[in-house]
Amino acid sequence: MGYFLQQLINGLTLGMIYALIAIGYTMVYGIIGMINFAHGEIFMIGAFISIITFMVLGLLGVGWIPLALVIMLLVTMILTAVYGWALERVAYRPLRHAPRLAALITAIGMSIFLQNYVQLLQGARVKPLQPLISGGFRFLETGDFIVTLSYLQLFIIVLTVVLMFAFTFLITRTALGRAQRACQQDLGMAGLIGINVDRTISLTFVMGATLAAVAGLMFLLNYGVIDFYIGFLAGIKAFTAAVLGGIGSIPGAMLGGLLIGLIEAFWSAYFTVEYKDVAAFSILVLVLIFRPTGLLGKPDVEKV
Amino acid sequence: MAETASVRVTPTRILMRDAGLIALVVFGLSFGLVGFRIEDVSGGLALLTRFDGVFFATVLAFLGRVALTMLHERRALPVALVALPVALAVLLLQLFADALDPARSYPFRSEVVNWSLFAVALALGLRGVWLNWHHGGLLSNREARERNMDEVGAKVQQAARYLGPALLGLAIVLPFLPFADRRVLDIAILVVTYIMLGWGLNIVVGLAGLLDLGYVAFYAVGAYSYALLAQNFDLGFWTCLPLAGILAAFAGILLGFPVLRLRGDYLAIVTLGFGEIIRIILLNWYTFTGGPDGISGIPRPTFFGLELGKRASDGGETFHSFFNLTYAPIDRIIFMFYLILGLALLTNLFTLRIRKLPIGRAWEALREDETACRSLGMNPRNTKLTAFSIGAMFGGFGGSFFATRQGFISPESFTFIESAVILAIVVLGGMGSQIGVVFAAILLIGLPEFFRELQQYRMLAFGMAMVTIMVWRPSGLLAHREPTLRLHPDPDRTGAA
Amino acid sequence: MSAVLRDDAARALLTVEHLTMRFGGLVAINDVSFAARPREITAIIGPNGAGKTTLFNCLTGFYQPTVGRLTLHHPQRGPFLLERMEGYAIPNRAGVARTFQNIRLFPQMSVLENLIIAQHNKLMRASGYTFAGLLGLPGYRKAEQAAIELARYWLDRIHLTERADWNAGNLPYGDQRRLEIARAMCTEPALLCLDEPAAGLNPRESAELNRLLTYIRDQHGIGLLLIEHDMTVVMGISDHIVVLDYGRKISDGTPEFVRNDPAVIRAYLGEEEPDEDADGVSTGA
Repeated sequence: MGYFLQQLINGLTLGMIYALIAIGYTMVYGIIGMINFAHGEIFMIGAFISIITFMVLGLLGVGWIPLALVIMLLVTMILTAVYGWALERVAYRPLRHAPRLAALITAIGMSIFLQNYVQLLQGARVKPLQPLISGGFRFLETGDFIVTLSYLQLFIIVLTVVLMFAFTFLITRTALGRAQRACQQDLGMAGLIGINVDRTISLTFVMGATLAAVAGLMFLLNYGVIDFYIGFLAGIKAFTAAVLGGIGSIPGAMLGGLLIGLIEAFWSAYFTVEYKDVAAFSILVLVLIFRPTGLLGKPDVEKV
Repeated sequence: MAETASVRVTPTRILMRDAGLIALVVFGLSFGLVGFRIEDVSGGLALLTRFDGVFFATVLAFLGRVALTMLHERRALPVALVALPVALAVLLLQLFADALDPARSYPFRSEVVNWSLFAVALALGLRGVWLNWHHGGLLSNREARERNMDEVGAKVQQAARYLGPALLGLAIVLPFLPFADRRVLDIAILVVTYIMLGWGLNIVVGLAGLLDLGYVAFYAVGAYSYALLAQNFDLGFWTCLPLAGILAAFAGILLGFPVLRLRGDYLAIVTLGFGEIIRIILLNWYTFTGGPDGISGIPRPTFFGLELGKRASDGGETFHSFFNLTYAPIDRIIFMFYLILGLALLTNLFTLRIRKLPIGRAWEALREDETACRSLGMNPRNTKLTAFSIGAMFGGFGGSFFATRQGFISPESFTFIESAVILAIVVLGGMGSQIGVVFAAILLIGLPEFFRELQQYRMLAFGMAMVTIMVWRPSGLLAHREPTLRLHPDPDRTGAA
Repeated sequence: MSAVLRDDAARALLTVEHLTMRFGGLVAINDVSFAARPREITAIIGPNGAGKTTLFNCLTGFYQPTVGRLTLHHPQRGPFLLERMEGYAIPNRAGVARTFQNIRLFPQMSVLENLIIAQHNKLMRASGYTFAGLLGLPGYRKAEQAAIELARYWLDRIHLTERADWNAGNLPYGDQRRLEIARAMCTEPALLCLDEPAAGLNPRESAELNRLLTYIRDQHGIGLLLIEHDMTVVMGISDHIVVLDYGRKISDGTPEFVRNDPAVIRAYLGEEEPDEDADGVSTGA
């Protein structure tokens, strides 16, 4: 029982990270109908900027962890957002009306470019970080297994939930959110009635990048080690989460993220660790074959 | 000469502001990742700073933006007058750097920075010169540019009538040319392998328009099938090759069946997923595939039963002893080269032929409008499956060749990047264009091999090339479609299409 | 209500019986029945949103009808139940061809190629499902020649012979519309369904279209089903008109009958208000 609960906690934590990345995928797909292949790399860049910020803070003598964390959070959100903005401007905006294949190739190209950009600038070796937050709550001391909810996990969960609420508020209650939903439904019409489509799309990318940056920071704290390749794998899993939840639906992305995190945790715990990635890919394939609209998505009726 | 439309000149104030904003963005981008570098030192991490890189990037962005706007507005001369001397200066400094101070290069410490500065300045300068000469030459209009590039593509395709056989001729005599040493031949084999894979994927992506990001899976199936069949059943290369192809085609049908009704992007992701699943399975199914150790000792092909080694195995005879030639190790490489050349030609001939048959046309029509195809009685699923599995078959052939050439295979060779590279070759060359694939492969595979020092920048340049070419011409560099049937034979050309 | 099925329904080419199409709560087509005969042009008209294109989509396999039976009585091959058939089998076996409201040609392929692709199934069989073709056997070559001849025949009918090698996307709009019709005819159908073929055509082109459609009806003896808003086309060439409004059939008969049917007038022009003066509205009862 204790083991199960522990996996539950681990899975939820992991799921939060995936959910944050998945929102970026789903938002971009919803608004311009494209899979932002390079989104995983944005997440990876967020992680790198976080660790660099930490080291700079160390050099500057900022030792107090909570302050460091806040600064890391803000800095990575801002700087990664710039990457998200630049990505859209350079690679996607020119191809907005191009055939799908061209946009996909560009996205893959940017993904390869960003991976190697970071690899060349920061070296190919993994970057470790000592644990910044240690300790936690212990429950259920059954037999020889103690279920722990570490402060770190709590921090991740709470931060993610807060961000989700803030985000949902942004989407449903503000003018920007309305503009975004309008663009999602009919891009052409939204432009005609005076919505600044370019700016709305840019902001969408920026928001997605910001959330991915937070996910990057959390990944860094949780796993303690990053390299330039984490974007690829996390990206695929987050994309699976977005599809599972229903592409284009933000609550779906959140739900999908949690599910994927749980599935990954339980699969590695109860089956084999080597094939855990296969589990994620297989879910993707199965969902797309049997229920392409996902759990919370709307069916796509083709107009003839 | 094209009309010169009156072009609005941006006031300097706004030009500066725009450039300033771009420079600010570049500063933001480079500050974090370029400005600092995390180094592993014993016992932990250290932080290095590289602010000169940040400075360089920001300034270059500013100047670059100004230059581009000026070029765009036909104020080309000042740009050329500044850029060309800069390029010249950098070039001279680089060439005579040793004389000045062997320890470092000029004007910046990094070679890469210097050469990129040179390249950018040269490009801007040359463009400025050209624009200054041809006043009406600026084609900023996307449509006009597309039409222009289409003409280029058409001319290349016309030239392909002569260029193709010429290249083929060159390829055939390549091993006998004076400079063709082992290294050159190895590179040639690599390039031709990718050309063959590109032609194979061209059937799926270029003709049928199916986004396949998992092509490497079929390459792997072909390689492993050949290896396992040859080892466990003691079959020769020539028997295993078609078998491997059939198995790969079968894998294509199996993988394609559930997913081919998915739309564009989704199909791409699913095929990517399949590719990764197969790689992970190959990596972990130790008993069957040898896991990360792979399979080694894969037998080499024979020339009608004559082996190509120094000494024959029991009961066999070597090629050299049969023809009374002196043995040279390079001969085996030459044989391999001709082998892959033959396979590639087979793929090409097949494609050229099938385009003129109903199925080939059906693929192209499916690519254009699937709904219309359905309304004409075409079965989209079967049509797509055919393309997918035939493409897979050629991938399988390529994999078999790869296995026999290396003598050893492991899952490491079959990553997603391979699929991406092959896809890039197809798309960048111009989808559906056979000769485009050849050029793209030579450019993307051959060139970096010759400049080994640039190896670490290869993938970076790759990604950048993909983005740049797609933004510039989404249909691919040399894309141009000739109809497969003509009612009125073109009077300018001899021979039917 | 006007007559549901004519008494000589036994001669019908297409019989639609109690067709209903529901999308969730929305009823797009409500219990519609009618028949179309060979050698006749049947027009489906009605205000926008009446369900006309939905009807077409049910007939041609794009939608699965909620209720109803759609029978195609092929003169040579016998009856086919369209609601049970796969989308692509309907043109292939039942011989029902269609054109689209927004022209769906293959724009990057030539005019000739568009017409050849329409004969795909025939050519596939002749090429031995590609194998005979790959080996260069003569059977395929002959079939290809025959296909080109059929294409040439239609090219002459629509006056595009000189431009046969042009890319279909480069043709002017009117020519594209006619090409789409010719392409549908190259599938050698028994029933040709046209979705707003006159949309966007000027009067001269409309007259040309009328000539083409009556030619098809008279020389090829097939049945034509057409959705149209352009009354010069509808009244000019239809033999039989079916009127839909809000998913229901409100009239069915000859053009003269339909033109004077009060139900139709009401649907198009609205009820006459009792306290309003007749603003040019026809003073029906």
